[in-house]
Amino acid sequence: MKYTTLAAISSLALSVASAGHAEPQAEVLHWWTAGGEAKAVGVLQEEFAENGGTWTDMPVAGGGGDAAMTALRARVLSGNAPTAVQLKGPAIQEWYEEGVLADISSVAESEGWDDLLPASIAGHMKCEDTWCAAPVNVHRVDWIWANAEVLEANGIEMPTTWDEFNAAAEKLQEAGVIPLAHGGQAWQDATVFETVVLGLGGPEFFQKALVDLDPEALTSDTMKASFDQMRTLRGYVDDNFSGRDWNLATAMVMNGEAAFQIMGDWAKGEFLAAGKVPGEDFLCASTPGDGYLYNVDSFAMFNVDGDDKKAGQELLAKLIVGPNFQKVFNMNKGSIPVRTDVSLEEFDTCAQKSSEDMTAASESGALLPSYAHGMALRGAQAGAITDVVTAHFNSDMSSDEAVQMLADAVANSM
Amino acid sequence: MAKWFETHLPKIVLAPSFIAILIFVYGFIAWTAWVSLTRSRLLPKYEIEGFIQYERLFDSPRWDTAMNNLYIFGALFIGVSMILGLVLAILLDQQIRVEGAIRTIYLYPMALSMIVTGTAWKWILNPGLGLEAMVKGWGFETFTFDWLVNPDMAIYTVVMAAIWQSSGFVMALFLAGLRSVDTEIIRAAQIDGIPTWRVYVSIIIPSMAPIFLSAFIVLAHLAIKAFDLVIALTGGGPGYATDLPATYMYAMAFSRGDIGQAASSAMIMMLVVFAIVVPYLYSELRARND
Repeated sequence: MKYTTLAAISSLALSVASAGHAEPQAEVLHWWTAGGEAKAVGVLQEEFAENGGTWTDMPVAGGGGDAAMTALRARVLSGNAPTAVQLKGPAIQEWYEEGVLADISSVAESEGWDDLLPASIAGHMKCEDTWCAAPVNVHRVDWIWANAEVLEANGIEMPTTWDEFNAAAEKLQEAGVIPLAHGGQAWQDATVFETVVLGLGGPEFFQKALVDLDPEALTSDTMKASFDQMRTLRGYVDDNFSGRDWNLATAMVMNGEAAFQIMGDWAKGEFLAAGKVPGEDFLCASTPGDGYLYNVDSFAMFNVDGDDKKAGQELLAKLIVGPNFQKVFNMNKGSIPVRTDVSLEEFDTCAQKSSEDMTAASESGALLPSYAHGMALRGAQAGAITDVVTAHFNSDMSSDEAVQMLADAVANSM
Repeated sequence: MAKWFETHLPKIVLAPSFIAILIFVYGFIAWTAWVSLTRSRLLPKYEIEGFIQYERLFDSPRWDTAMNNLYIFGALFIGVSMILGLVLAILLDQQIRVEGAIRTIYLYPMALSMIVTGTAWKWILNPGLGLEAMVKGWGFETFTFDWLVNPDMAIYTVVMAAIWQSSGFVMALFLAGLRSVDTEIIRAAQIDGIPTWRVYVSIIIPSMAPIFLSAFIVLAHLAIKAFDLVIALTGGGPGYATDLPATYMYAMAFSRGDIGQAASSAMIMMLVVFAIVVPYLYSELRARND
């Protein structure tokens, strides 16, 4: 009896204390407005509300985030930044340099993010020594997807080197199948290009060329070989590829018109949505070569006034990296959890492989940021490289010319 | 008091729009000029660094492509639209039946937005869906028309769609011009037995000079600010083969976080517009002073 009274009193005291405490508030700017993504954000909203917070949704769709960034610029310039913003990679550091990001180290330390997250991914979330962003998911970019039936009918195994891929493609072409489904949009050209650079040059070369932008690496023979391979791949793409969206290319693999597609694991969502089973109807493998290219979505926390907003920021950061959200969100989105201690039992085999490879790559130092998806470089540099890659892929430019243009474009973008 | 009010009323009425234009047009032009001299990236900065952004701009092969495309697009679009518009107007001017209906048909593309035009032409020109597939379907297996996906020819597809959109409008302008020519002169010429083509070449067209100038100015500014048509038709591709200055500026400002670069390209675009508009204004104002 005495004990329960004490408990009652203390819980009363607690509730009084928390009533005096600010109620968490968060205004969240993001561009996850379609299908599985919208559902995934809904999960976070619910969880936020269950923990006593008030969520103000600020979805700005369009232009692959361009529209949201324009809205963000206006908000920051007017001194009224949102609480949290969907940002990723070097863009976080760019905003930090403008002096507008908040410090969420207290949450990160009490939750032990340092031990939960792979070191190279944690690096993106830190601004100098403080934590300023919370990671949501890991997309792997260097995937190659294949139609299982087509491969079997032509007696082809999943290729593990680019030479094997070329041999398989020749065989498929003779059999009248389009070897590579590809959409001629600059970012898709860039996606294929970075997997080729990783495959032919290895993780160390990738780091030097596309992360550190070392001029010698950019004009090296390995880079020339990468452009040669791009020219070869151009021959394996159908004539009608210009401007095609990536999901239409995925559909070509699905219905057997084409054999392979090189695309990040959001392509898996298309296969699954069409009721295809991984390992049976379609195959997933990492693109030829070693390494792991990641594309990590995250929420950056902006400087806000008021205890309620700061409390919201901390609660949001805690929930985003929390195991429940990581699991539910990533099952909806097709990516894998960023923390390594979440059980993957309910995930599909491709996601399990992705997670295993991530852990292995993190240990061997082959866990690398994707340049094509804005993880490795700032907008101006990444854009300059993409310009060259897409100009080369869509013309008859020689590889010698391409590497020279690449070095010039990178120097010009600084 | 009432008298003061009466003399100053026009100024008072005009003042709000005058101030608005001063700030929102000329003020922001000055702001852009300022930013184009800085090293602004994600957010505008205001320390002047000199002409670094212009140096970067002129070193960029993509900007070269964009300017070349502007010359090709501008010259062909303005030239062909005017010729086509004039021919259509002259043909319509032959006192034909159902002229009103035909005029409406030709003018109708003007009612569509450039986005619709671009999307429709994208489907028509797509080798796997449109014209090429159709002709191949008729049995002409060797027929190819792949301009849309050919980096050397893609800019001409933009020209085609733009001409289709605008030549009807030019026709309407010219038709109004043709009708305004003094019929007395034309009758006099006909009585003298002068052939019709000669009447057009020597009398009607020369007297339409102001209409030519107006049509040119309207088409020229459409060409320089062309943006939505390219975005809808080719997305700037293949590669960046159909980039125009406006799409370049958009990419720099909104996709790449390179505001300084975008501002410098905007200034160059403005200079191109000035190069066309200033001689026009000069001739207009001089004519009025005479």
